[in-house]
Amino acid sequence: MNQNELAAKQKKRRQVITIIVLIIVFILFVIPFLLVLINVFKTKGDITSNPLALIGEHGFTLQNFPEAMAKMDFWNVFKNSAIITFSATILTILFSAMASFVIVRNNWKACTLFFALMIASMVIPFQVLMVPLVSVYGGIFGILGSRITLIFMHVGFSVSMATFMFHGAIHSNIPLELEEAALIDGCSRWQTFWKIVFPLLKPTVATVAIIDAMAFWNDYLLPSLVLTDKEIYTIPIATQAFYGTYSTDIGLVMAALLLAMLPILILYLFLQKHIVAGVTAGAVKG
Amino acid sequence: MERNTMSYKSKQFLMFAGPALILFCMVIIIPFLYGLYLTFTSWDGVSAEKPFVGFANYVSAFKDAYFWASMGRTIFYSAFAVIFVNAVAFALAYLVTSGIKGQNFFRAGFFIPNLIGGIVLGYVWKFVFNRAFVAIGSAFTDGTVPSLLSSTGGAMFCLILVSVWQYAGYMMLIYVAGFMGVSDSLKEAAMIDGCTPSQAMRNVTIPLMRTSFVTCIFLSITRCFVVYDVNLSLTNGEPFMSSILAAMHVYNKAFIYKDFGTGQAEALILFLVCAIIGIAQVYIGKKGEVEA
Repeated sequence: MNQNELAAKQKKRRQVITIIVLIIVFILFVIPFLLVLINVFKTKGDITSNPLALIGEHGFTLQNFPEAMAKMDFWNVFKNSAIITFSATILTILFSAMASFVIVRNNWKACTLFFALMIASMVIPFQVLMVPLVSVYGGIFGILGSRITLIFMHVGFSVSMATFMFHGAIHSNIPLELEEAALIDGCSRWQTFWKIVFPLLKPTVATVAIIDAMAFWNDYLLPSLVLTDKEIYTIPIATQAFYGTYSTDIGLVMAALLLAMLPILILYLFLQKHIVAGVTAGAVKG
Repeated sequence: MERNTMSYKSKQFLMFAGPALILFCMVIIIPFLYGLYLTFTSWDGVSAEKPFVGFANYVSAFKDAYFWASMGRTIFYSAFAVIFVNAVAFALAYLVTSGIKGQNFFRAGFFIPNLIGGIVLGYVWKFVFNRAFVAIGSAFTDGTVPSLLSSTGGAMFCLILVSVWQYAGYMMLIYVAGFMGVSDSLKEAAMIDGCTPSQAMRNVTIPLMRTSFVTCIFLSITRCFVVYDVNLSLTNGEPFMSSILAAMHVYNKAFIYKDFGTGQAEALILFLVCAIIGIAQVYIGKKGEVEA
């Protein structure tokens, strides 16, 4: 009995220590965000004189926001990011789910070759492709500076990873008998896919959507090469451009950084469980 | 309906895989091949003709001292970042799977840096290093303390610190999945056989999590080797071009100095170095894999 009590006490103490360590690490993890959050409500002078104070000498102010929003053209930039992320994610899901279906269910040479090429291409870093991309689509075809070009490029870059994930899902989770039953009932392959297979792929659709939407929303290098026109900037590009121009106006910078982070943080608040699950599923399979 | 004809097969294939195939070729295959061709030309990015120069670009890439300096920095940076990312991620994963209350909250919290793009993170940290840390430092000493970002070693330290902070939460999720994949009965069996908890960890849990280690180390190597956005926003290569990593050097070579041929050749070299290290790591890691 005494032994048990001692063990229980020890276990309890270990748990308390674990929680304390976690809380300290957690605070260290969020400190950069907290610093932005407290400084965004201060005047430029107050930030410079004491960036650590909770409230500046001149008190609480909201003036940084409207100015930063106007200078960054925030709503337009937000709209661009949303359009690009949304369209590219949907297209990636549709195209790669379709491709993986024909690849899994047929052992034709074209399927094997295409799939092998996609798997092999996943190790190629973007740096190897950026110069030729710019010279082919900027130099030869002259179609840079358009949202549609960026959307298609995003899809092209992410389609191999997504196909790989759908391939795994169809291979192990969709029973062949279902498709045979559909065939007997008179479905074509096209109908079978959309009516039977695709609805069953929902969990993988969610995973791919989360991973790709986050990647598209946050991507900097590809959009910076494609979006040459200020009108169609996305959030990361606009943040970079804003910082380049107003880096000394630190109050505005704080507001711009917070604005750039806010949409995805708000989304995370609601979809936190799905995002963590989706990213884990994607990482472990990839 | 004839299902074995060539026309049926190609129609089916194109109907389902066509869109993916076209985009994949347009964005990856064609640029990759065209990039190989570009390495044999001296193109300035503007003129219509691309004069053929043979292996001159590879020769100048091998002679480019700045490139190799940036490569050396990248290897130094990646080595430290990969070790610390994985150490921190593993420790965090251990703590958040120990069955305490609120572990899901902590998991979600440590993941937050991954939600935000490297550009924004870099600027946030730039503020932290340049303003907040300087203010803390100045409070404890008499004069003003210079920012860590203004010294050569300091800038590299900052890059590593931010990368560890950025990636640890992501890798933690993979290690968490690894921890949960090791069944409790195995650990209990080891304990009954007389293992202490730390022995059970070392001899049972960690060997069974080898796949997680291989995955995480591979992911962190391949990410660190081509990191660009944090490098751009946090240090921008300053001070005195001492923190230019290889990816940034390649970008500058091509798009700022307009030396597309050499830039592309250097990008290929970077890719090969990264691929060799990554694949060697996976090969060595997979060799000693054990199963329960």
